[in-house]
Amino acid sequence: MIPSLAARHSWFEATARARLAGLLDAGSFTEILPPADSQPSPHLALLDLPGAFDDGVVVCHGQLEKKPIFAIAQEGQFMGGAVGEIHGAKIVGMLRRAAQEKPAAVLFLIDSGGVRLHEANAGLIAISEIMRAVLDARAAGVPVIALVGGSCGAFGGMGIVAKLCSAIIISEEGRLALSGPEVIETVAGVEEFDSKDRALVWRVTGGKHRYLMGDCAMLVEDDIAAFRRGATEFLASWTEPAPSVAHLRAGQQALEHRLAAYASYRDGLQVWAALGVAEPESVPLLDRDSLVALKEGLPT
Amino acid sequence: METLNFRFDSKPVPRAANPALCGVVGSGNLEILVKPGIEPEACRVRIKTSARGFGETWRAVLDSFATSHPAGGTVIAINDMGATPAVVTLRLAQALAEYQGGAL
Repeated sequence: MIPSLAARHSWFEATARARLAGLLDAGSFTEILPPADSQPSPHLALLDLPGAFDDGVVVCHGQLEKKPIFAIAQEGQFMGGAVGEIHGAKIVGMLRRAAQEKPAAVLFLIDSGGVRLHEANAGLIAISEIMRAVLDARAAGVPVIALVGGSCGAFGGMGIVAKLCSAIIISEEGRLALSGPEVIETVAGVEEFDSKDRALVWRVTGGKHRYLMGDCAMLVEDDIAAFRRGATEFLASWTEPAPSVAHLRAGQQALEHRLAAYASYRDGLQVWAALGVAEPESVPLLDRDSLVALKEGLPT
Repeated sequence: METLNFRFDSKPVPRAANPALCGVVGSGNLEILVKPGIEPEACRVRIKTSARGFGETWRAVLDSFATSHPAGGTVIAINDMGATPAVVTLRLAQALAEYQGGAL
């Protein structure tokens, strides 16, 4: 086997707990509400479904290169990482605590399809509370960094939450969007979006596309150590800006420009061509370093 | 969902400082939480499983585990999403090893 592959620990394949174990400084992981102390979802029990002791999310404090940080890790293998009432309350609690205690950052390991439909309004309310809590933590000067590279990506309400974070670090395997591919196909038909076409799904929602579009601050390899290096490097040069109306207006204008420029396109390939990529069809095959070099060479 | 409760005689395992968790409640998988109990010569197991009607299979798998491993003095809680007996056996051994301080 190629040594570099043998040494790699895939973020995509790992559980939430394994990601945290490799992301934080060794021995610094301290879980809040560990499984033995927390309650599985009462809503799932009412629906006669087995819950998880941690309700699918691990919240903790620890260290990243000796700096104190908080971390939140969603478990994509449990109910698609979907946000239920307890799951959401754990996330909100950590973010509110971050606003008070001001750690160097909150690392938010998103791996979620959005609201847990079984919990209906409780899940929707949880998502809106998470959004507010992310903004409150940032307003208190605490960067909230979304790390996206799990099998469920960041979709639905959690796609919005990801975009509310200070920055997103994503791998090629990661995906980020609002409505998931199956949802779009169900609502608007296969002519609108073919969710079975995996290559198309990645060309429209995948990490490379999001990075080329400027939606994500960094593209990293599907490797726990690469996410750790990425988060460390990002935080070393990032100061949370004070919220301002001018900043919001600029963001809104950029989105309007994007809509005007790309709304008629059907595929990432067309968008990349419009961005100035000479050979868009080669993008899916590029390795991470080549893609980063390509993006840096694009006209701005 | 079905809830099952079992008690097995088992040789005592040293009491651990921290509970141990392994596995995830995903399709064909399960999570196992091992905590210290009060009966040193018995292992109590509580299972919540999405697959109904497999009580005797659970009993056989767990009995074999409690006989072949020292698991006395523990309380084991399981959330199951249709794991096969082979997966259950592996996860039980993994959970007990972690309980005793063995890393993954």
